[in-house]
Amino acid sequence: MSNLLANIFGASPVQPLEKHIGLAYSCAKQLIGFFTAVFNGEWEKASEIRDEIERLENEADDLKKEIRMRLPKSLFMPVPREDLLELLLVQDKIANRTRDVSGIVLGRKMQLPKSIRPQFLEFVERNVDAAKQARKSVRELDELFTAGFRGAEVDLVASLLEELDSIETDTDAKQAALRAALYEIESTLNPIDAMFIYQIIETTGEIADMAERVGRRLELLLSH
Amino acid sequence: MEAGIVYITLAALFGIFMAWGIGANDVANAMATSVGSKALTIRQAIVVAAVFEFLGAVLAGGAVTSTIRRGIVDSDLLGDSPELLVYGMLAALLAAGTWLLVASRKGWPVSTTHSIVGAIVGFAAVGIGIDAVQWGKVGTIVMSWVISPAMSGFIAFLIYMTVQRLILSHDDPLGRAKRYVPVYMFFAAFTITLVTIMKGLKHVGLDIGLADSYLLAIVIAVVIALIGAFVIRRIKPDPKAEKHQHFYTVERVFGILMIVTACGMAFAHGSNDVANAIGPLAAVITVAQTGAISAKSAVPLWVLIIGGGGIVIGLATFGRHVIATVGEGITQLTPSRGFAAELAAATTIVIASGTGIPVSTTHTLVGAVLGVGLARGIEAIDLRVVGKIMVSWVVTIPAGAFLAILFFFIFKTVLP
Repeated sequence: MSNLLANIFGASPVQPLEKHIGLAYSCAKQLIGFFTAVFNGEWEKASEIRDEIERLENEADDLKKEIRMRLPKSLFMPVPREDLLELLLVQDKIANRTRDVSGIVLGRKMQLPKSIRPQFLEFVERNVDAAKQARKSVRELDELFTAGFRGAEVDLVASLLEELDSIETDTDAKQAALRAALYEIESTLNPIDAMFIYQIIETTGEIADMAERVGRRLELLLSH
Repeated sequence: MEAGIVYITLAALFGIFMAWGIGANDVANAMATSVGSKALTIRQAIVVAAVFEFLGAVLAGGAVTSTIRRGIVDSDLLGDSPELLVYGMLAALLAAGTWLLVASRKGWPVSTTHSIVGAIVGFAAVGIGIDAVQWGKVGTIVMSWVISPAMSGFIAFLIYMTVQRLILSHDDPLGRAKRYVPVYMFFAAFTITLVTIMKGLKHVGLDIGLADSYLLAIVIAVVIALIGAFVIRRIKPDPKAEKHQHFYTVERVFGILMIVTACGMAFAHGSNDVANAIGPLAAVITVAQTGAISAKSAVPLWVLIIGGGGIVIGLATFGRHVIATVGEGITQLTPSRGFAAELAAATTIVIASGTGIPVSTTHTLVGAVLGVGLARGIEAIDLRVVGKIMVSWVVTIPAGAFLAILFFFIFKTVLP
């Protein structure tokens, strides 16, 4: 028996959005294990982790489509629908970048020069930190809706976003240092490998960029 | 009148049918708010509804009952053929009851008030004559159908704004909730008791002076607020659940408040909507017993019991499924939002009851929910569904009228 009153509330996008950022973070987190395996030459294990990354990325993708379908224009919400869809899109890109990086590395059976490996792992970890902080911020969405986007809850989220910004700045610094270190030794490398290593660094850095854009989107919601 | 017993028996049966429909549709919708927000279980909701519907009907339902009974049809025109009013009221009861049954099965939250008023206007205009309808009064009633949802929406908007500003947007929402929720309880109890004392009790034969009315309302409200404050003080934070949802314990405090507003809601509903079933029944009884229309007599107790009893049966048989369905669908209406909606709706309805205007509980409640939504309190409201609900409201009036006209002519031919 369907009941009109029971359907007066559209499906709330809040819980699904929180679940989606959870998936995106879980996906990004795999990169630490992935690169550790790659650096140890355990290609079979790396390939397994890559499968897990693809599975999580697909799951996030499916959820993204589902959320979009459940947000018709007829919904009346405290924040613009467009802002929520944009937030969803950048959340999804965290998982996309993770998939791209792991795809290139596994596809080319790439190895990084030993000298920059510890530095690179640190860089990856910091990017994953940014994704984690993005998740922590998005998880405040339901409280934000309850508090009507004002007051103490807004301050709390603002401070979470500040922390996110500083993590992202840190990844930028690490990225620059990493590029400089690579530049020092690039002449000893196969040119094509060197180009791809630059690309890997670039794409990995985009994980933190996307996490930061998640923060920007949340900030826009706060200012409504 | 020799056929009197037949008329009264039929009217009683149709009255129970109509009351059953009210319980199944209207009351269920009203109580679902409290069940959906988990302030009450279904069983508790049925008990609350049974007690407070009854109290509302007896203590504050008099004015609306007389509107339904005498306010819509101009009985002067019926002087020499009072049986027309009997056929008409029987037809109206059966028509409204049938429409409610259809609507309940289809899941449309229609208004029992719209269906009975539509039915009475229908049989009077077609069966007796256009002039038999007191159009001025009907105009006021129809206006109130637009005003009451708007008014309750506005009140709900204001209430929820204060909740956000005073409690939810603070560093220590729990402490603020414990401090302010008893104040909301006071206001809820104060408004409802005051209107009841000032407007309703006259019909029960009690007449209390203005100053005493205020004093009595304040005393009752303070007692309720104190009991509430005592219960609230015993709520302890649950750190594990808090970690998942910061407002977990705050919502539990509002849950206590919602028990008070749920009682108010059932009371308000009883004061307004029971009349839809017992008003026509009372009209039939007067004619059948005295053979005249204008005789003014109090509504017999057994009629009230039929009204109250029918509603409880409707609620317990069919309504509990409606409560479960609606309750599951409206989980977004947490206690902090649900109480704002309920309090606004109950206040609006009780004021309408006091002035004798039959409004729709369901519409008033939907208006209140939209008001909370406008205060940015609800994550998402589906405007398409709101549109469909409004269509079902509009369709109800001609549907009730058409069925009533049909039954009227059948009764006119069949009955003695």
